[in-house]
Amino acid sequence: MIAPGTTQQGIRLARAETAAGARVGINLRARSGQVLFDALGVAISAVMLFPIYWMVATAFKPGRDILTLEPKWIPSPFTLQNFQDAISRPFFLEDVKNSLLVVGAMLAISLAAAFLAAVGVARFGFKGRTGFIIMIIGVQMVPLNALIIPLYLMLDKLGQTDALPGVIAVYVAVVLPFMVWTLRGFVANIPVELEEAAMLDGCTRLGAFLRITLPLVGPGLVATAVFGFIQAWNEYIIAYVLLSSPGNQTLTVWLASFTTNHGPEWGPLMAAATLTGLPVVAFFLIVQRYLAGGLTAGSVKG
Amino acid sequence: MAATIAAPDLEPALRRRPRPNLLPYALISPSVAVIAGVLAFPLGMLVWLSLQHYGLRELIAHQGDWVGLNNYRAILGDALFRQVLVRSILFTLACVALTLVFSTLIALLLLRLSRPIRIVLMSALVFVWATPVIVTVDIWQWMFDYEFGVINYLLTRLHLGNFVHHNWFDNPLQGFSVIVLIVVWGAIPFVTITLFAGLLQVPSDLIDAAKVDGANSWQAFRFVTAPILKPIFLIVLCLSTIWDFGVFNQIYVLLNQRPSSDYYTMAIYSYRESFGVTQYGLGAAIAVLLVLVLVVVTFFYVRQTLEVGEIAPTAA
Repeated sequence: MIAPGTTQQGIRLARAETAAGARVGINLRARSGQVLFDALGVAISAVMLFPIYWMVATAFKPGRDILTLEPKWIPSPFTLQNFQDAISRPFFLEDVKNSLLVVGAMLAISLAAAFLAAVGVARFGFKGRTGFIIMIIGVQMVPLNALIIPLYLMLDKLGQTDALPGVIAVYVAVVLPFMVWTLRGFVANIPVELEEAAMLDGCTRLGAFLRITLPLVGPGLVATAVFGFIQAWNEYIIAYVLLSSPGNQTLTVWLASFTTNHGPEWGPLMAAATLTGLPVVAFFLIVQRYLAGGLTAGSVKG
Repeated sequence: MAATIAAPDLEPALRRRPRPNLLPYALISPSVAVIAGVLAFPLGMLVWLSLQHYGLRELIAHQGDWVGLNNYRAILGDALFRQVLVRSILFTLACVALTLVFSTLIALLLLRLSRPIRIVLMSALVFVWATPVIVTVDIWQWMFDYEFGVINYLLTRLHLGNFVHHNWFDNPLQGFSVIVLIVVWGAIPFVTITLFAGLLQVPSDLIDAAKVDGANSWQAFRFVTAPILKPIFLIVLCLSTIWDFGVFNQIYVLLNQRPSSDYYTMAIYSYRESFGVTQYGLGAAIAVLLVLVLVVVTFFYVRQTLEVGEIAPTAA
C-alpha cells in the first residue's frame, strides 16, 4: 500500500531466498560454487565502489599525499583542510543558496501540480486520459540538450536569462511528468472504498479526500519530492547555459568549472564533490526502495 | 408530454453529470499548461528555428531570417556532421551493448549470492547510482589524470604497459574508451537493479522444470528467463539508447568544457554550433535531427510502457 511494488518485492525476495536455499541443500558441490559466486560479488562491489572511495579518500588527504607518484591508499594523516578550502572558495556559499532556492521553489510548484494531475488520472476516467498518459510518458524522453537553444532564446526575449525563475520553470517541466506518473501509482493504490466510507459517514468529497487520501499518499509525496530534489540538484546543462554570472549559478555549475578556473587542485575539488554528492546520496538511500519496483511492477506474470 | 413529467427526476442527474467530467480536466490543467509551455512550445520553436538563419545579429534583434531547408542542406553536406553522426551511433552502440551485457550478468549473479553479499553488492550499486553525474565525472578525471592518476599507476604496476605520464585524451579512440567506461559504470546500477527486480518475478519452478528436462544453465536462461524478461529488456534498451545518444555532461566536463572536434557527438556539436559560434539555426537543425532519431526509439518505449504499466483507473 505504501509504494508500487514494495510489498510484492518483499514476497519476491523471500521466494528467491527459499529457491537459493533449496539449491544449496540439494547439491553439496553448490557450496564451493557459492563461495566462488560470493567472491565475484565482493570483487564487483569493490570495483564499482572504488571511484567513490577514491574521491572521499582524496578529500581527506593533505596536499602532499595527493600528488604522489605512488598513491597513498588510505588517508593518513587525516585532514579537513580541503573541505575548508572548498567552502571558502568564491561563490561556493552563494551557489549552495541558489541550488537550495531553485530546488525548493521547483518542488513546491511541481508537487502541487503533479499531485492534482495524479488524482485526476488515477481517480477519473475521462476523454483524453490515454492521450494525457502517453504525453506524460513520451515527454520524459525529450532530450533536454535539444531544447536548450529555444529555451535560451525564449528566456532571452523575456529578459530572464541569468535569473533563477527561468531555471525553476524549466526544472518544474522536467520533473513534472515523472512526478505525475509516480504519484499516479501511489494514489491508485489507495482503495477508493476508503473515501466512499468516509463520505457515507458524512464527509464531503473534499473532506474525505483531505482526511483519508492525502495522509495515506504522504509517503508517496515524500518519495516523489526526494526524486525531484535529486534531479534538480544534479542538473547541469540547463543551469550552465541559462546562468552566466558566477554568483547566480547552481552548485553543479560551480563544481564543473572548478578545474577550469583554478587548475587541477584535486584535494579541494574532491572535497567539493563529496559535499555536493552527500545530500543526494543520503536522500537517495532513504527512498531507493520505492524506485526499484516501480518500473517493473506487474510486468511479468509469475 | 411525458418528458415534462420525467423532467424533475432527471434534472439533478443531468446537472451533476458535467461536474465529474470537468473536474479531471481542471486537475490535469496545471500540468498540461507547464508541459505545453516549457516543453512542447520550445520543441515547436526548435523546428521553426532550424528553418531560420539565426546568428548574433538576429539574436539581438530577436528576429530570424527565413532560409527554408538551407540549414539542413548545409549540415547534411558537412563532412564533419557525417563524422559526428557515425561517431554518436558507434558510441551509443558500445555503451548500450556493454551496459546491457554487464548488467544482465550482475543481475544473474545477484540471484546466486548469499544474502549478506547480495546486500553488499546492492548497496554498492545504489551508491554509484546516487552519485551525481558531475561529481562522478570529476572523480574519473582525477583517476585518469596523466600525472598522478591512480589508473595509470595501477596499469603500470600490473605490467600492462608503460602508462607513466600517459594522457588518455591525446588519442580520441582512447579518450572515448574512457568516456564509455564512465557512462557504462554510471548506467549499470539502474539497469542491473531493474533487471534483478524482473528476474525475481521469473518463477523458479519453470527453471527447475527446464533443468529436469535436461537444459543447462545457458539454455535455461536463453529459452526460459530471457523470453519472460523481454518486456523489461526492451524498456531498459530504449532508455539506455535515449540517454547514451544524448550524452553531453560526461564529455563536456571531462574535457574541461573545451572538447576538440574529435570529441563531438550530436549533443556537443549542436551546442557548439549554437552557443560556441552563435549559429542558432544550424544548432537547432542538428538538435531536430537528434530528436528525430530518438522519437523512433521513444515510440517503442511508450508502447512498451503502456503495455507493462497498469493504467486502468481505480474508479471511473
